[in-house]
Amino acid sequence: MSLSSRHLLGLKDVPKEDIQLILDTATTFREILERPIKKVPTLQGKTVVNLFYESSTRTRISFELAEKRLSADSVNFAVSGSSVSKGETLKDTVRNIEAMKVDMIVVRHACAGVPLMLTKLSNSNVINAGDGIHEHPTQGLLDMYSIREKLGKLEGLKVCIVGDVAHSRVALSNIYGLKTMGAKVSVCGPSTMIPKFLDELGVDVIHNIDEAIQENDVLNVLRIQLERKAREYFPSIREYSKYFGIDRERLEKNSKDILILHPGPINRGVEISSEVADGSSQIILQQVTNGVAVRMAVLYLLGTLN
Amino acid sequence: MKVVLKNVNVLNPHQNVYEKNLSILIEDGRFKNIGELSNAEMKDAKVFELDGKYIVPGFFDMHVHLREPGREDEETVVTGCNSAANGGFTGIACMPNTDPAIDSAEVVVLIKKQSANHLVDVYPVGAATVGRKGEVISPMAELKDAGVVGFSDDGIAIKTASILKRSLEYAKMFDLPIIEHCEDESLAGGAMNESINSTLLGLPPIPSVAEDLIVMRDILMAEYTNAKVHIAHISSKKSVEMVRDAKKKGIKVTAEVAPHHFTLTDDAVKTYDPNVKMNPPLRTKADIEEIIKGLKDGTIDCIASDHAPHSLEEKEMEFEYAPNGIIGLETQIGLAFTELYHKKVLSLEQMVEKFAINPRKILNLPIPEIKQGEVVNLTILDVDAVWTVDKKKFLSKSSNSPFDKRLLTGKSVGVINKGMMFIDGSFTKI
Repeated sequence: MSLSSRHLLGLKDVPKEDIQLILDTATTFREILERPIKKVPTLQGKTVVNLFYESSTRTRISFELAEKRLSADSVNFAVSGSSVSKGETLKDTVRNIEAMKVDMIVVRHACAGVPLMLTKLSNSNVINAGDGIHEHPTQGLLDMYSIREKLGKLEGLKVCIVGDVAHSRVALSNIYGLKTMGAKVSVCGPSTMIPKFLDELGVDVIHNIDEAIQENDVLNVLRIQLERKAREYFPSIREYSKYFGIDRERLEKNSKDILILHPGPINRGVEISSEVADGSSQIILQQVTNGVAVRMAVLYLLGTLN
Repeated sequence: MKVVLKNVNVLNPHQNVYEKNLSILIEDGRFKNIGELSNAEMKDAKVFELDGKYIVPGFFDMHVHLREPGREDEETVVTGCNSAANGGFTGIACMPNTDPAIDSAEVVVLIKKQSANHLVDVYPVGAATVGRKGEVISPMAELKDAGVVGFSDDGIAIKTASILKRSLEYAKMFDLPIIEHCEDESLAGGAMNESINSTLLGLPPIPSVAEDLIVMRDILMAEYTNAKVHIAHISSKKSVEMVRDAKKKGIKVTAEVAPHHFTLTDDAVKTYDPNVKMNPPLRTKADIEEIIKGLKDGTIDCIASDHAPHSLEEKEMEFEYAPNGIIGLETQIGLAFTELYHKKVLSLEQMVEKFAINPRKILNLPIPEIKQGEVVNLTILDVDAVWTVDKKKFLSKSSNSPFDKRLLTGKSVGVINKGMMFIDGSFTKI
């Protein structure tokens, strides 16, 4: 079995078989991560560049660890600020990296479409580690992995994505992936944070968080990106957490056993209370561990494709 | 020098002329004879066998960005004029978003001087406000005396309603239009049209209502001041509908459309190719349908390219960072004839009106006539020529076009103006 594409740019149009294969492969790697020696020689001799145009701690470390656990040589290339202010164009940077004979590029960029651009500028396998407000496919995959691990399946589940959908790269990847795997996806958030035409994707839009809790098996609570422009889209943090925040009272009121995911980093007390974030029903830290396994699976499957 | 255009069809709706299969003798840049030419008349003349091609008044593009002064690496007055001639145009109006802006007579004089010896007539559009900042109206009288044909803060709309009102009132003294780039500033700044595609592509959206709001404001203000407003590059359905209604009420509003806005939808952005990034952005099928309707019923007066040269390195950037705009002088006749004439949206007469007559009417410029004794200002059209766009053959200094390698039907064979001829890729004095 192998993947049908040599890049992972997003989860749009990724067939069910491919997602299944990645999740199954991740299960194997997840077991390796529990061993005393957490390293396999699978990608020995391969070079992976982590090209990060945007600051990121957990995604970069997660990828770096995944690469090291697979015995690949990994290089970090962090660029602060945009290519515009830096002087060198993206094209030149990528061509330079390519000239150093690398095999795979993991890219994070503030602009949508950059991973696709890279596939045209380079012969390496390209993995999107988040592009603008477009996609973050490995996050989508690890969310699905975590749900499957906990609930045993994806098909037929009802999953609601909560929060700032409009400025999230995680939301689209979740929507595409979960729908492909047969889950029913809805979104819940203030109407200013829901893209205008989202219903055309076959996604239900609701604005009542209690309803979201009652109707769904899983909530994937997005981070309110306080550092981005998102701050202009709701009146105050107080109002947001009052009407869309998830806390224990709210869960108890709806007396519902529900799985809560969060891609992190958490704004405690804003979109989710500390009590819920640290509580037993959450799998937020497991998500982080799963992230390494899923990224190992993606790197392995793409790196051994040729 | 004598030139004969042999076996042509002559079409000029402005003169109610449509005659087939005749020949034209040009001497010293003027029409010497039109009809059947004797052998004696053709003696010593340079004869062009133009079997069935159309002779029409020289086409005029009223929305061109020359980058001089300021960004001569992208386009100069001369390279822009070369591009216009190659595209089939004998006249252009150039927009004031240069650096410095065309807000003083000196800049107008510079542009006029650079184009003085060129076949293509260049008419600068003056800035409506000083530095296009929207604070103080520009010295419009002085600009008018230097030769501008309208006023605009193009690139952005005139900032406030009060400055717009003053601009309209002041420009009215000279019977010149205010040309508006219609976009509400507070809704601007995105990278593509707001639609399902902007959601799918993760690109920051510009809603069409950003255009509609300013079109509405400008129509109301044109009505209130009884002055002329011209809507540049109209792109949204609602805006077309509002212009239609305003015209019915007798409000002095006119509108132009750029070929990419009736050729492509925002589906084209799926490639993230910065050559489909423009402002206003590519919109949806419903918008194109209304634009087509507006072209048919006369709501949209003319076609203009919004020719916007950008350097290669700028257009090779990330989509969100890349500047807006594409060049269009050398593809727009092909696109318009393919999409409008050959798809039976517009007749040949209407095509000539939209490309040669209406833009000059809007800018109060004389319309070239095809008759004995007149100075020759014409475009030679081969409406059925099938050709493939090749950006390497552009005479523009830039090549930022999404239409490279596109198959088109209809093109200009050549142009004549100011005693000069451009045909087969070269200029000659005649």
